[in-house]
Amino acid sequence: MEKKKLVELKGITKAFDGEPVLRGIDLEVHDNEFMTLLGPSGCGKTTTLRIIGGFETPDTGDVLFDGARINDVPPHRRSVNTVFQKYALFPHLNVYENVAFALRLRKTPEREVSQRVAEMLELVNLRGFERRRVNNLSGGQQQRVAIARALISNPRVLLLDEPLGALDLKLRKEMQNELKALQQRTGITFIYVTHDQEEALTMSDTVVVMNGGVIQQIGTPQDIYNEPKNTFVARFIGESNILPGIMHRDFLVEFAGNNFECVDRDFAPMEPVNVVIRPEDIRLVEATEDTINGVVRRVTFKGVHYEIVVEAVSVNWIIHSTKAPEVGGIVGMTFTPEDIHIMHRSPDDALPLASDLAPMEEAAAEAAE
Amino acid sequence: MLWMAVFIIVPLILIAVFAFTTTVKTDADGNILDAEALDALYEEYEEEYGEDAEPEIYERTIFTLANIFEVSRYMSTLLHSIWLALIATVICLILGYPVAYLISRLHFDRQKIMLMLVMLPMWMNFLLRTYAWMTLLERSGLINRVLGLIGLGPFQMINTPGAVVLGMVYNYLPFMITPLYSVMTKIDGRTIEAAQDLGAGSLRVMTRVVIPLSVPGVVSGITMVFVPAVSTFIISRMLGGGTNMLIGDLIDLQFLGNAYNPNLGAAMSLVLMVFILLCMSITNSIDDDDMEAALL
Repeated sequence: MEKKKLVELKGITKAFDGEPVLRGIDLEVHDNEFMTLLGPSGCGKTTTLRIIGGFETPDTGDVLFDGARINDVPPHRRSVNTVFQKYALFPHLNVYENVAFALRLRKTPEREVSQRVAEMLELVNLRGFERRRVNNLSGGQQQRVAIARALISNPRVLLLDEPLGALDLKLRKEMQNELKALQQRTGITFIYVTHDQEEALTMSDTVVVMNGGVIQQIGTPQDIYNEPKNTFVARFIGESNILPGIMHRDFLVEFAGNNFECVDRDFAPMEPVNVVIRPEDIRLVEATEDTINGVVRRVTFKGVHYEIVVEAVSVNWIIHSTKAPEVGGIVGMTFTPEDIHIMHRSPDDALPLASDLAPMEEAAAEAAE
Repeated sequence: MLWMAVFIIVPLILIAVFAFTTTVKTDADGNILDAEALDALYEEYEEEYGEDAEPEIYERTIFTLANIFEVSRYMSTLLHSIWLALIATVICLILGYPVAYLISRLHFDRQKIMLMLVMLPMWMNFLLRTYAWMTLLERSGLINRVLGLIGLGPFQMINTPGAVVLGMVYNYLPFMITPLYSVMTKIDGRTIEAAQDLGAGSLRVMTRVVIPLSVPGVVSGITMVFVPAVSTFIISRMLGGGTNMLIGDLIDLQFLGNAYNPNLGAAMSLVLMVFILLCMSITNSIDDDDMEAALL
């Protein structure tokens, strides 16, 4: 079923003080979709959101809402509402008046206002907080007020700019679930900005991975995780082992000194590629002739699993396993053809990646000490 | 605490002491002598001891409310001062508010420059600045001459209440802009965007968010302009001529002028202070809603 396009961005570029922030963004947001813009800070995700909200105008390109061009429509005339980073509540108004703000502007009758505010506070579990001053609320409560305030005028699209950034981990998890439930209940399109990959994977229907003002990949969370399109996505979403390789022919790739069967095809013969293997896809077994053998350099307990660094064929491999091998011991590593992800090596790979993960270098640096 | 005691409490106590006391003359027995009694005493001595005899007369400081009552004779001057200062304060607010807002929304580097321009006249001596206005406003001054070229005037500008108000506005406008600006820069840009986002156009962003949030700046701006304006004596003397005496001029006369009477001067200062406190408490009690209503 083809869903209705609600917001469309076409060839959007934007520069601040001559510094390009967006370099040609094309994006379609559908009705009732939970879309997340994911990327490191400075990747242009917030600017994209602000362009949709009307707080920035694109240098080139068009913003379409329901098929109509809205480049020059000011924010107060868009049926889009925003939950701002750090909430931006009105400090001079109490919870009730903050939530009622949009209705007051429209001179809504008092009875309807109180009814709608009550509904909204019920929706975000803040009943009984009407008369409280917003500055006396906790981060999570302020967050809820911000959501109620933005939802009261029944927007078609709700924009959320890192709304959970200031909350602690436990509260963040709770709010993730609540937001997702809220989106499903209200049927409003959410466009959500975050740098937290886990948050993006947990909540979204569609994830848009951005870096350097360019969209790197658009897909479902499963696609993004399992089939990263390039090394940036692979590194940014979860941890990865990324190794240089050569694609000999369809279904056969050479890396780490061996030829491996894989499930990828349609590469040029002998094309240099990057091979991505997720740490949890590698199994540690007894070292034999058929396995990649290496020395265990480090074992770190991570709660659910151990993070193990194994040095093999002069590369540090990251492995997640529930069993901890002995540090200094020899182990064998094995994986199935489905676990091998092949991606084209692009010129972008040479650029320093903004990803804070970069597990290989980190592990290498530690091993070198 | 010591700081406060030395620079605030002690002078206040001194003023109060002066205001509620007066120096009187007494005879050797300690009886207070009014002018009549004094004359009688001198006459008595003259008759009894001859021309050159001097009666024994002592001076004593006594508690009195007379000074305070005497201030009421100058009530019209006091009210006139308050009225002119009030007009000047309102004009400063009307002029200063948009300027402060615009500056606060500029790029940070520009804000510094603009603020410096606002403060620039303050670098010049207060007397000199006011004197400059004298030469501008004079009957044969620059403004009248320019107006004369196009066949207008000359107008009587100097020595009018208007000139005094102009002097107050000119001298104290930076005191209005600075506190307003410092409160306004603290208004988060996202709060304004949130209001736009929720459907407020520019006007309603002002009335519903910016103005209520800048009330503390308005209150301190009003204080910073009103208080010095109501007690000024230089501006009124230079631009108001003899006809526009303010309470500040009267106080000045009691201490440094020919009407030398520090007790009355202190009493005037005290009454003025009470009036200022009264005005300020009215200003401070203005809450957000009244402010909004007043400006709509």
